[in-house]
Amino acid sequence: MQENTNQEDPIISIRDVYKSFGDLHVLNGVDLDVYRGENVVVLGRSGTGKSVLIKIIVGLLQQDKGSVNVLGNEVSDLQGKELNELRRKIGFSFQNSALYDSMTVRENLEFPLVRNVANLSKAEVKDQVESVLESVGLSQTINQVPSQLSGGQRKRIGIARTLILQPEIMLYDEPTAGLDPITCIEINELINEVKEKYHTSAIIITHDLTCARQTGDRLAMLLDGKFAMTGTFEEVFASDEERVKSFYDYNFIQ
Amino acid sequence: MSTKPKEHVFTKNLDHALLSVYNGYKFFIRFFKEAFKGRMEFQELVKQCYAIGYKSLLLIGMTGFITGMVFTKQSRPSLAEFGATSWLPSLVSIAIVRALAALVTALISAGKVGSSIGAELGSMRVTEQIDAMEVSAINPFKFLVVTRVLASTITIPLLMFYCTLVGLLGAFLNVYLNEGTSGVAFVEKAFEQITFLDLGTSVAKAVAYGFTIGMVGCYQGYNATKGTEGVGKAANTSVVLSMFLIFIEEVIIVQVSNYFRG
Repeated sequence: MQENTNQEDPIISIRDVYKSFGDLHVLNGVDLDVYRGENVVVLGRSGTGKSVLIKIIVGLLQQDKGSVNVLGNEVSDLQGKELNELRRKIGFSFQNSALYDSMTVRENLEFPLVRNVANLSKAEVKDQVESVLESVGLSQTINQVPSQLSGGQRKRIGIARTLILQPEIMLYDEPTAGLDPITCIEINELINEVKEKYHTSAIIITHDLTCARQTGDRLAMLLDGKFAMTGTFEEVFASDEERVKSFYDYNFIQ
Repeated sequence: MSTKPKEHVFTKNLDHALLSVYNGYKFFIRFFKEAFKGRMEFQELVKQCYAIGYKSLLLIGMTGFITGMVFTKQSRPSLAEFGATSWLPSLVSIAIVRALAALVTALISAGKVGSSIGAELGSMRVTEQIDAMEVSAINPFKFLVVTRVLASTITIPLLMFYCTLVGLLGAFLNVYLNEGTSGVAFVEKAFEQITFLDLGTSVAKAVAYGFTIGMVGCYQGYNATKGTEGVGKAANTSVVLSMFLIFIEEVIIVQVSNYFRG
């Protein structure tokens, strides 16, 4: 699956990152490279700091120590316009979709577009909204409000809202959490379609090993605040580490 | 032997209170920085003016009308003792213009608008909608906070004027039904004692109250934590704190206006 990735071109480079909340040490020296064109799945138990890691990447949180370099920028050094410039190149799909519930689907998609792309005509905005909605297969929901959508539809619209700015990097926070198996497969397929169509690189946070196997070029297992192992799905789950095995056994009912 | 670092500078509660005041101050300063920077979200501002102003008209109108009518009715016996019921329009208009209209509007708005802003922004915070704006390179403070604070600062003085008129109407109806005073005579008497300073003070009060209600609601909602419990707390604190600050402002503004009154 990694034939399209450029191993010499890391677009996210994380080195020795530490993050604590009071006495709770979440990340204890995390290292990770994500190369252009690859999907990296981050696995780990709840509360191990997976979401914290991607929030640091997008500048929502700041690490206590270490370096996070995204598209050649040291994220912790960026502020204001420079940080926003970087954020325009990163799509963040939230665990609970985070759709603006006072707006319709159309307004949700227009919201980032009209504020980030200057001089778009109404027709261009309409075209782009409809095109991105079509690419997630939900054109019919354009005038609905988030409360009228199912969990899977909300996830898709959340992804569409990030795609409208044509990001280079996608960060997915638990994309299949709380969804039925068939919708999970549809979301996994969507993640792969996004990669193909928009040429994105991605970090996918998940517990779902089916999602990991279907979408990940590489897996990274977060244990005790650092990546204990990285590699392909088969390489990671060939490990004798007890916690890795139980992760696999639970997901595949062994 | 290692010594454990001191956890609190004073006591836990005092530290927390001082930190809240400091954070509130930073939020206040940030509002002025953001309000004059970049593109104004006019569409959202108009939407908020409609939500805060237009949608409060009925409630403020009914409350103002009842206040004017009841205040007139309750004041009559005292004036009647001195045979001075003809002073009722003056007395009531002074009370309404100088104090009641602004206070009634502010207290009703603190309950209706303050809690609504606190709950709305609080739920946006805990469902990560504010984070979603931030990662889309949109300034959520400018979009959510600046518009709501400006909208309440603009519309609450307008609601106060409306409350004044409706309150005077309530007072007139009561006077008309009891003393048979005509509309023209009521208006003449009512505005005899009202000065420009009275009107100016009322506007100043309403602007201060509107700003306070918007600011407190936004601060509580924007900084909400701990899920649905945090949303409820944000809504509740918005109302309680707004009302408390409104009464403090009332005392200060009255003292200042009395100084000018001489």
